[in-house]
Amino acid sequence: MAQTIGTHGEPDLRPAGLRGVAADFSSDQRAFKTASWGKAMMWIFLLSDTFVFGCFLIAYMTARMSTPVAWPNPSEVFALHIGGQDVPLILIAIMTFVLISSSGTMAMAVNFGYRRERHRTAMLMLLTALLGACFVGMQAFEWTKLITEGVRPWENPWGAAQFGSTFFMITGFHGTHVTIGVIFLLIVARKVWRGDFDQERRGFFTSRRGRYEAVEIMGLYWHFVDLVWVFIFAFFYLW
Amino acid sequence: MNETTAHTHIQVGQQLQTGQQHPIRLYLFVWGLLFVLSAFSYMVDYLGFQGYLRWTLILLFMMLKAGLIVAVFMHMAWERLALVYAILLPPLLVLVFVALMVSEADYTIFTRLAFFGTGP
Repeated sequence: MAQTIGTHGEPDLRPAGLRGVAADFSSDQRAFKTASWGKAMMWIFLLSDTFVFGCFLIAYMTARMSTPVAWPNPSEVFALHIGGQDVPLILIAIMTFVLISSSGTMAMAVNFGYRRERHRTAMLMLLTALLGACFVGMQAFEWTKLITEGVRPWENPWGAAQFGSTFFMITGFHGTHVTIGVIFLLIVARKVWRGDFDQERRGFFTSRRGRYEAVEIMGLYWHFVDLVWVFIFAFFYLW
Repeated sequence: MNETTAHTHIQVGQQLQTGQQHPIRLYLFVWGLLFVLSAFSYMVDYLGFQGYLRWTLILLFMMLKAGLIVAVFMHMAWERLALVYAILLPPLLVLVFVALMVSEADYTIFTRLAFFGTGP
């Protein structure tokens, strides 16, 4: 075993490519050499969440393909009446831009975290949380609008009854993820602001030393929420 | 462990154990790209493209956005291949599930039309 696990500061000398994959998995040590267990576990959680959302979108596809009744046109259903004319999908477009912006601020927060600029990191995380909260707010507005127009999980005024159930299920589950993300962001932002990751203060639950990697792991979750929205936007709203 | 072959492919890691460190400019650039791509996918609907053109453009912009988020924002481009493969290959199996359910949905609508005319 010539390779040693790279510890603080030393350059990482490992085979690259497929040979590296084989070497990493057959090393009789941890397989993910450059990812800590925390990061690897977040990735594996996100993989499982991918399957959850994958199943929802497949259920939606199956429902939409197997009904002889016309599917409501999302372009008209989600249009808003602005300035005397209907603008198609405008709220959804704004929600998309808000979520992408929150991903951008999160990526910057991770970057400043590793530079140990804790106040800037915390402020960027709070901004991310604010944008996330805006997104959930707009989603609540959208739900309210559709519900007052008569959309129910079992019926709607425009076409196939399955529209309501898939809409509430998919956007509801995504909104829940965003909400959990906002709470998670606020918790980590508080720790960053307090300097927990500079003093390596131990976590209240895991009792492990605080490290700025927590910000990156938080970021993985947040970017995943954005990622899921990319797929929902494409398949549910645009298709 | 074949040490000689292992050392012929030495890769000097760009990142130290202190974490992922990339220029802010890269993030701003990707952020801008995501905005532009989102605007493009919105334009697909706004301009009212239909049929295969619409679906191709939607999927193209979707995959580009997803790729940028995973590769740059989630730092997958700088992780070891072992992690990249472990996380990105399993979701491809979802496509098998999609194929199964396309076939199932075709059968369902066939039976609905054959036995109920235009049923629920």
